[in-house]
Amino acid sequence: MTPSSSPTSTRSDVNGVVSSRGVLGVSALRPDGIPKVQGRFAFSSDAWADNMLWGATLRSPHPHAKIRSIDVSRALAINGVSAVITADDVPGQLTYGLITSDQPVFARDVVRYAGEPVAAVAADHPETARRALDAIRVEYEVLAPLVDAEAAIAGSHPTIHPDGNVIRRQRVVRGDQTFIGDVVVEGTYEIGMQDQAFLGLEAALALPDDDNGGVELFVATQWLHEDQKQIAACLNLPLDKVRLTLGGVGGAFGGREDISLQVHCCLLALKTGRPIKMQYGREESFFGHIHRHPARIFMRHHADRDGTLRRVEARVVLDGGAYASTSSAVLINAVTHMQGPYKCDIATVDGYAVRSNNPPCGAMRGFGVVQACFAHESQMDKLAVACGMDPVDIRLKNAMRTGDKLITGQTMDSVAPVERCIRETAALPLPPLLPEEPDVLQLPGGSGLTARRSNVKRGVGWGVSIKNLMYSEGFDDYATARCRLSNGIVTLQFATAEVGQGFVVLAQQIARSVLGVDTVLLEPISTAIGSAGSTSASRQTWMSGGAVDGACRVVRERLFEHVAQRHGLDPLRLVIEGTDVVDSMGSLRFSVAEASRDLVFDETFEHHHRATEELDENGQGNCHVAFAFVAHRAVVDVDVDLGLVKVVQVATAQDVGRVLNPLAALGQVEGGIAQGLGLAVMEEIVLVDGKMRNPSFTDYLLPTALDAPDVLVSMIEEPEPQAPLGAKGIGEPPCISVTPAIVAAIRDATGKDLSRVPVRPQDIVFG
Amino acid sequence: MTVVNATSIDEVVDALRRLPQARLLQGGTDVMVEINLNRAGAGDVIALRQVSELRRWYVDEESRTLHLGAGVPYAELERSPLCNLLPALAEAARTVGSPQIRAAGSLGGNLGTCSPAGDGLPVLSAYDAMVHLRNADGSRQMSIHDFMVGVKRNASAADELITGISMQLTRGFQGYAKVGTRNAMVISVASACLVHDSERGSIRVAFGAVAPTIVRARNAEAWLAENVELVGAIDVSGRLAREFGERAATECTPIDDHRSTAAYRRHAVSVLAERLLLRAATPNTTGNRAS
Repeated sequence: MTPSSSPTSTRSDVNGVVSSRGVLGVSALRPDGIPKVQGRFAFSSDAWADNMLWGATLRSPHPHAKIRSIDVSRALAINGVSAVITADDVPGQLTYGLITSDQPVFARDVVRYAGEPVAAVAADHPETARRALDAIRVEYEVLAPLVDAEAAIAGSHPTIHPDGNVIRRQRVVRGDQTFIGDVVVEGTYEIGMQDQAFLGLEAALALPDDDNGGVELFVATQWLHEDQKQIAACLNLPLDKVRLTLGGVGGAFGGREDISLQVHCCLLALKTGRPIKMQYGREESFFGHIHRHPARIFMRHHADRDGTLRRVEARVVLDGGAYASTSSAVLINAVTHMQGPYKCDIATVDGYAVRSNNPPCGAMRGFGVVQACFAHESQMDKLAVACGMDPVDIRLKNAMRTGDKLITGQTMDSVAPVERCIRETAALPLPPLLPEEPDVLQLPGGSGLTARRSNVKRGVGWGVSIKNLMYSEGFDDYATARCRLSNGIVTLQFATAEVGQGFVVLAQQIARSVLGVDTVLLEPISTAIGSAGSTSASRQTWMSGGAVDGACRVVRERLFEHVAQRHGLDPLRLVIEGTDVVDSMGSLRFSVAEASRDLVFDETFEHHHRATEELDENGQGNCHVAFAFVAHRAVVDVDVDLGLVKVVQVATAQDVGRVLNPLAALGQVEGGIAQGLGLAVMEEIVLVDGKMRNPSFTDYLLPTALDAPDVLVSMIEEPEPQAPLGAKGIGEPPCISVTPAIVAAIRDATGKDLSRVPVRPQDIVFG
Repeated sequence: MTVVNATSIDEVVDALRRLPQARLLQGGTDVMVEINLNRAGAGDVIALRQVSELRRWYVDEESRTLHLGAGVPYAELERSPLCNLLPALAEAARTVGSPQIRAAGSLGGNLGTCSPAGDGLPVLSAYDAMVHLRNADGSRQMSIHDFMVGVKRNASAADELITGISMQLTRGFQGYAKVGTRNAMVISVASACLVHDSERGSIRVAFGAVAPTIVRARNAEAWLAENVELVGAIDVSGRLAREFGERAATECTPIDDHRSTAAYRRHAVSVLAERLLLRAATPNTTGNRAS
């Protein structure tokens, strides 16, 4: 990515407020926005180098098999094939992984999921590479796959990995374990396997160093330094010989946290001494990255007759697939969020993340809380019915507040406007009733023209959620940023992966606000500076935003010291007003450009969040940094006889702390709602005996414009004192409780007891 | 690999005689997907894009027969004047993919690929369409019912080009409906076309994606003809429509797959047939009447 600047001409923000400078609080235009719309933005798959070769990956067709032999000789004999590599060619660590290093770079003796890499080739053309893959002979001895998570827990299937079939078990036990409520409701809920389905496919370009045996990698990823660490270990190189630069990223949603083609691409580059380009197609992408954990959750809620929630019981089973990825962290998120955004003193939660021969699962937007929320919100509706209460009233009655104790024993010390989220959502207008002669395209079934107005019933449903922000359990996921001010121009440097969320514009807004400049240049996003942590866990506004803010503030201090010294003032009297340095107690005023003329202020800053603790065996401990909340109300039209759904409207009020860029915030909310809608009614990877049946956008269905609802948003701005900018992360909450809200609305319309997402037409018809 | 950029049907059939294994490329909406997924090699190709004869259509007024070139894109079927002649085909065309796909794809591809989920095929079946084929020796036509042989199999010979279809136009309601798990751009889980020929007094109903090829529910059609006067406007009760749908659904042999279940598909076509019949019987609604 080339350094880019953003002109600060007058433009109107999303609310129609005109702002002359792209500072914090206005809809500053992102530097990558117009190039993306015009098709000029260079995505990672656009990378190109002279003399480069194309890499390609051979994958196992079997979910579980022994590898008897691999014969690459026929592939190597093909004209134009430069290298074929297998596990034998990995010079360093044979495995990688985000938390546990358990996933092979290439399968050596055994394959554990259908799609696992077995070999890779480098060739002069993608078609040559494809033929080379066809020419590799792998002899497999097919084994029975473990595809039932309960069998993994019961120990009734042979161990499929040296680390065992249970990746982690975690209980959360608190309060009187014998308590039985006056009102008890229970249910078992299932969540299907969702895909991140980012549009920019996996792609990388690896350039071998001319002389010193290192490699430079341009790659679309979420966390450059974590990739660097894992790649270097597999290559057996010191960190400084593996340099990463972010390629243009087209979405991530958690699906780029794990290594995919990075190690393969570097290995081929080092082996051939030539640049290697690798890119996945859509089908390979489904095999090349991890997915959202499918889950089965039993829950039992105990309450007083007046609806006061007293105890939650839950048994959570997440299918982690063949390798650990982040399963253990996803699990603790699920089990520690089982109470939802409600006060509850007694908990009995038992959770498992297990290994299977299904595709590996890991991070996806919501990270374990999506699964928990579908269960606890379905339960709150059941509890409302059992107590004879309205779904809104029972949620208001139990709404969590700052100061409440969580089921982990941690005190909720984030701003916790749960009640306000619910009330402000309820205050947003409902959509009008269907007209007598509606546009048939807007009815359930859409362009299929299946329904008429008389076939349609309307329903309304609610969902409210709590989501932790940043990494948990003792992890110091700090962020680094560097700010350089000279001649009124700021240059920022950070390794924060811009995956589409808009950090590049936020960083510019921060610098403009803190330092009173207009022009903010961005250095390439690379490992040339310290880590920024991952672009995930709704954390970059808080963490990298905090680092940029910190670096800019230190530079401002140096600038003020310099100005103060020159003019014999106390630096504490100086402030930035607009683009000027001003003496707040006198008449001195001149521009930042003038103040920094022929000078260089250059500071680097690390932002660390407060320390957290690991959970004990009873799931007790201050394991999370902070929390955000959101409420969703969904209105659906359902063709009950055909089981087809049209989501008409989603209203939401979200606890955001502070809105830093209204347009970007709205984009996160609308996008998250579309993704949660996908999980509610259509998005699922269908597996049969460990094999994916729909690895394409023909059959893995994402919402289209005709499926997307109207979205009404109320941003709840109560600045978070812990957050450097007062702003909470806003990326994940939008997609969490919208899913149960939509399902509740479908239940309301149909009277069916739906306990599984996505809700399929046959679930409504025969449910 | 040979690429023939044909400009006339004669050129195409001559090329097909020389290269019987060649892929015919019109809109490319099937061929390119197969090539991209490595299910088809990049073999010989005969490109049809410049064969303007394949994109012509006309109505023989005397026999009231519509002749439709195999390459007329779906986008044109959706629009006037064709959508007025064949509203059901226009509705089917609207369900095909995205606007980009509809600008490129055509019924020739639907027929050539012959998937049971081909969106246009139930309409052709309900219309008892004739499929026009040509090779270097001459031309022939064949009933759509004989043309569709099985899943992605048709009765054309390797050296034959599908040049078009012909259908006798009707007066009366006609409608198409398709169930998918998304509100647009979706492969059919089940589809139905119902055509009321109010002059000759028949109702014909065909289903897609519920058997190896398109199903005509002939027993249900015959049962309806026995129970309802079908010349002119028709009068059916809700109960009768329901029974019609249920009877029609029994003539399907759907399967379970990753898109849906056999039980749901059977249920869905029953509902679609019932609803289409009720629409046929309810004038002055948004139902279609061919002009």
